Amino acid sequence: MQWSRLFVAPVPSNRTPLPLWIRALNFCIAGLLISLLFYLPFQRLAYHLRWDSVYKYREMFLLGWLTTISISVSALVLSTTIGLAAALAQRSSWLTLRYLSKIYVELVRGTPLLVQILIFFYVIADAFGVSNRYVVGVLTLSIFSGAYISEIIRAGIESIGQSQLESARAIGLTRSQTYRYVIFPQALRQTLPPLAGQFVSLIKDSSLLSIISISEFTWNAQTVNSRTFSTLESYIPLAAGYLILTLPISLWTRHLERKHRFET
Amino acid sequence: MQLSLQNLSKRFNGQLALESISLALEKVHTLVLIGPSGGGKSTLLRIIAGLEYPDSGDLAINGERVLFDEPNLLQHRRTIGTVFQAFNLFPHLTALQNITLPLEKVHNHSPQEAEQIARDLLTRFRLAQHADKRSAELSGGQRQRVAIARAVSIKPRLLLFDEPTSALDPEMTADILDLIKELREEGRDFVLVTHEMGFARQIAEHVAVLSDGRIIESGQVQQVFENPAQAATRQFLAKVLKY
Repeated sequence: MQWSRLFVAPVPSNRTPLPLWIRALNFCIAGLLISLLFYLPFQRLAYHLRWDSVYKYREMFLLGWLTTISISVSALVLSTTIGLAAALAQRSSWLTLRYLSKIYVELVRGTPLLVQILIFFYVIADAFGVSNRYVVGVLTLSIFSGAYISEIIRAGIESIGQSQLESARAIGLTRSQTYRYVIFPQALRQTLPPLAGQFVSLIKDSSLLSIISISEFTWNAQTVNSRTFSTLESYIPLAAGYLILTLPISLWTRHLERKHRFET
Repeated sequence: MQLSLQNLSKRFNGQLALESISLALEKVHTLVLIGPSGGGKSTLLRIIAGLEYPDSGDLAINGERVLFDEPNLLQHRRTIGTVFQAFNLFPHLTALQNITLPLEKVHNHSPQEAEQIARDLLTRFRLAQHADKRSAELSGGQRQRVAIARAVSIKPRLLLFDEPTSALDPEMTADILDLIKELREEGRDFVLVTHEMGFARQIAEHVAVLSDGRIIESGQVQQVFENPAQAATRQFLAKVLKY
């Protein structure tokens, strides 16, 4: 019996996929090693977990989690719109529009989200008299994510080979027909995986909104911690809550990547 | 067809691609462009196709002058069927959809009409069972046949082929050449750029030899191939027909 067969498999593998039990076995071994890594520090600290004190605040956790979801979804919709507009603006024949978009993207991608949140909330929102923190939060997150999304969309559009645009021209399609029937259908498939990745980032980045006291998931967890002094018991569910949101999206992304692969 | 080229010139970034190309053909069904690489054959074909505009000069097809501004060129391109060496098809569409797309969106056929025309052509080109496959699932020869079907489906007044068999192996090349021969026998007009000299000799009526952006020789196919007037033509033919 070859022991290496149990534990070694070259990547990428062109042969039939490994049997499920071998994959499960190795996954469990990896899981155990990581758990060991976390368990050892706790042993040394002789830390006793007190879940009951935190369990009292379970509603706060749930509410925060739902708030995070709603902020992330709103920001996703808004940022995709902004990103699409910025990507198309960069391909427009109007120079001013092109430069406007480029400046926006460079500014936003070059500064930390935290800084943007602070500037938006304490300076800009104040100046315009926007007092609703949630609105400011969603707007800031959308403007931030929009810049990254515009780069993703732009890359998707530009990845469509020149030869296809030639072909489209040769058969007599107008510029807008080319966008509609040739570029967008393909660009969509190309951009969906990185776009889903951006959504995952959005969900995680929304935790920074806690800095302006928006009662989303992270802020609520911090509040529970300050009341119960059970730090780990507050923050482990916090991390788990984010994982519940991001893991399915990551898995879906991998599924998408595998499904939409064809030669260009 | 009646084809008239007058003093066509084209520069790319300072490089002269075509220099004062002039040619006048009356009642010629097939024109073949041959010559060494970089001689300007593809550029000339692209100008005739409406994909490039010349820096100066005139082009007239069947008596109609082609005006080199975008709106007119758009209309012009819709009357010409072009087949490139490779990458003709859209990879996200099936073979059938590749043909119905221009029929529906450019030539305003109803979806049913477009599908009927497309299926008839696919059947005729022996591709009926591949109608719902994407180009990644088709062989090179099959892709070119779909590309030719697409070019033919719009009932163009002129067909242009830019080295349609250069990217294919000899077996598929023969398939495509057979197809082009069939189209020729149907009486269609076309301009062909190719390195397949034997084939060019068989089907073309008129041949133009382009080298360094100029037409160095032009005339009846038999005459140019058997008795080239220019030394350069003789050299080129000797090289190409060596093996």
